[in-house]
Amino acid sequence: MTIQRAYLFKRFERFWHWSQAALVFTLLASGLRIHGVYGGLHFLTALRLHLYAAWAVSALWVFAIFWHFTTGEWKQYIPTLEKIGAVARHYAWGMFLGERHPHHPTPAHKQNALQRLAYLWLKLMINPLLWGSGILLLLATYNWLPAARWAAPGQGIALAAWAHTAGAYLMLVFVIVHVYLATTGVTPLAHIEAMITGWEASEE
Amino acid sequence: MVAGLHIGLMALAAPSALAETPPGARTDLLQSWNGVLPQSRGRWTPVDHGAFKQLAGPFKTPEEVTQACLGCHTQAARQIKNTIHWTWSKRDPATGRMVGKKNVFNTFCANITSNEQFCTMCHVGYGDTDPNKFVPFQARADDHVDCLVCHEQTGDYHKIPFLGGNPAPRHMMVRPGCAEFYGTDKAYVDPPDLGKFARSVNVPGRQNCGGCHFYGGGGDGVKHGDLDTSLIAPSHALDVHMDAKGLNFTCETCHVTSDHALTGGHYHLDAKPENTPYQRGNPHGGNPVACRSCHGDAPHKGHDVSPTLNMHTANLACQTCHIPEFARGKVPTKMTWDYASAGKFAANGTPLSIDDKRGDNIYWGVKGDFTWGRNVVPAYRWFNGTERWMNMGDRLAPGSDGVVEVNSIEGGPTDGKSRIWPFKIMKNNQPYDPVNDTLAVFHSFGLDDNAFAMTGDWQKAITAGMKAAGLPYSGRYGFIHTRMYWPITHMVAPARDALRCGQCHTDNGRLASVPGLYLPGRGSDHLPWLEHLGRLAVLLSLIGVLGHAGIRILLWLRRRGGKR
Ligand code: HEM
Repeated sequence: MTIQRAYLFKRFERFWHWSQAALVFTLLASGLRIHGVYGGLHFLTALRLHLYAAWAVSALWVFAIFWHFTTGEWKQYIPTLEKIGAVARHYAWGMFLGERHPHHPTPAHKQNALQRLAYLWLKLMINPLLWGSGILLLLATYNWLPAARWAAPGQGIALAAWAHTAGAYLMLVFVIVHVYLATTGVTPLAHIEAMITGWEASEE
Repeated sequence: MVAGLHIGLMALAAPSALAETPPGARTDLLQSWNGVLPQSRGRWTPVDHGAFKQLAGPFKTPEEVTQACLGCHTQAARQIKNTIHWTWSKRDPATGRMVGKKNVFNTFCANITSNEQFCTMCHVGYGDTDPNKFVPFQARADDHVDCLVCHEQTGDYHKIPFLGGNPAPRHMMVRPGCAEFYGTDKAYVDPPDLGKFARSVNVPGRQNCGGCHFYGGGGDGVKHGDLDTSLIAPSHALDVHMDAKGLNFTCETCHVTSDHALTGGHYHLDAKPENTPYQRGNPHGGNPVACRSCHGDAPHKGHDVSPTLNMHTANLACQTCHIPEFARGKVPTKMTWDYASAGKFAANGTPLSIDDKRGDNIYWGVKGDFTWGRNVVPAYRWFNGTERWMNMGDRLAPGSDGVVEVNSIEGGPTDGKSRIWPFKIMKNNQPYDPVNDTLAVFHSFGLDDNAFAMTGDWQKAITAGMKAAGLPYSGRYGFIHTRMYWPITHMVAPARDALRCGQCHTDNGRLASVPGLYLPGRGSDHLPWLEHLGRLAVLLSLIGVLGHAGIRILLWLRRRGGKR
């Protein structure tokens, strides 16, 4: 058994990942406070954090989308069925027995089939849902569009807020599973190290 | 998008949340207001009435004083007689109903009719000093307009109960329970020097208006909750505008007056004023009493959360956040009143009177049981400014809770004209005619045998009252719960004392029962199934990863053990 190292994550990707992580944690924590899930923190403080973080994450997402398309990296997320059975079996069984991961990441194929699906779900469902409903909330509550009188108290705002809340729960579930799976590299810290240094270790 | 960018850009510039006005800022403010607003009475009028020989006196009757005033102010009486201050009656354009004291009920002493000689102690006119002889307003000559009550500045002018609005014409004994109105702590009053009042006149100050409006409902602070004698010289904390050491607004600074007609009034409000601001040099049809006429629709400025605060003006009256509590000036206000228990007399034959430990009067034989409030949290309701007032003789239309509203308020979240307003809600349990289904008009105050205050006899008092009102009375009476809404608008607190976000954005907060809003943080606005599903998903994913991790660790330990 040999350990093979590959340079997977370029500087922008690492910056993007960790700043997004920080912002998402901030958004989750402040959003759930706004929602009334816990108290303590002032509502106004939570709202401010949320709004600053929302603008920051919006800017970050714009850059990330631009980066993905100009570098062609978006192709990493094209769904595939390649080895999907083997990968699923690994997470459900093989990993417990200390088996090797069936997928060997390379710069051209960073993600295994399940990862591709999970991140696609994040990028095409969760993020747009939060982003879209968040922008609607801003438009509606701040009455930025004169036509946004549909946002008269109650109606439009409630729909947007419910969508936003649904997005937040989906994001929370994603974060929980994602953080855990980050510990499933060759060593518990291997994936995390990779996202810091760019170099991923995997078993040959 | 301007507002949102603003939030971002101001991030570094304004670190502290809603900080208090820095020391010194108030003097700047005062300077900038100078020349726009009358600062203090006297300085701004070029006339000293004390120098006029027409006012040298002596005056034998108050009518002689008015004649002297009218000698120069030729239009004044005609102007006054066209205002509700004189007529006590007007048509409400919104509902087409007649309003004004003469026509409506309240949930305090209930009705004017048959009690005029007492109640006109707060009328801007002079009547007949015979306690049993009420002269209708329209039958009074111009010299029966009372100029002094609004304009005299000595503070010693008092109109005496039961004299139809006149000051004491002779040496008189103070009636028990009424000392507050005679303005003395002695057992008697003497006729005052009318010339002294005449020579002191000037533009009205807070104590002029307050002489009547602070005492509505039968005593200091009783009626409004946001108007009482604490506003004669209020602190900044009590009212930022009337602050005696600061802006020192008089009532007319906001209730701008022309031709003796005042703006404002509570029979109908401008709940969501949209027209042009009322400013000098501005063409206006605006409403100067509205906060908006000076502060605009985006009153919060220069702070990163300003746009966030400003967006609330679409749905909230300024008063909702900026008058967090009323009756804040140590003077309590009456919250409930129960006429059903009235009529008890003490051993010496005077109406029984009971005070509680704080000195608040909780029972008086003339009126029944009371409860009082200090620093009262208002009730909040959607309100479009229209109040539907019951007139005398109207059929009772109790709500589903069995309570009759003497002024039901209109408005709601979707009419585009309403805002959420703070209210004092005053409750009574007052006499009605169950056969004719009307509220009773009754004779509470007078020096005759039918007056409830004298005998405690409801039958006589209601019979006399209904007769005076020209209404049928079946001869049977009962008591019915009534409710009255008082929009709260005075006692504007400093910014630091305004409501905090979390006082509404929470469960069981100030707006807990206000419908038609999505209020972030208010649980009742959430979709229950979504919350359950979301929490379940979070729980399952936690169980999932912990279970997975547990098996991984366990089997890894076994493998390691096996290898060894
Ligand atoms: C990871 C991303 C995000 C999460 C987890 C999140 C979560 C939340 C949650 C739970 C709430 C409270 C919802 C409620 O109770 O009504 C909230 C409120 C809000 N969010 Fe987000 N959010 C995220 C991103 C964004 C973005 C990108 C924007 C704007 C572009 C945004 C704008 C807002 C606004 C304006 C509110 C205020 C609440 C309201 O007006 O109803 N959020 N967020």
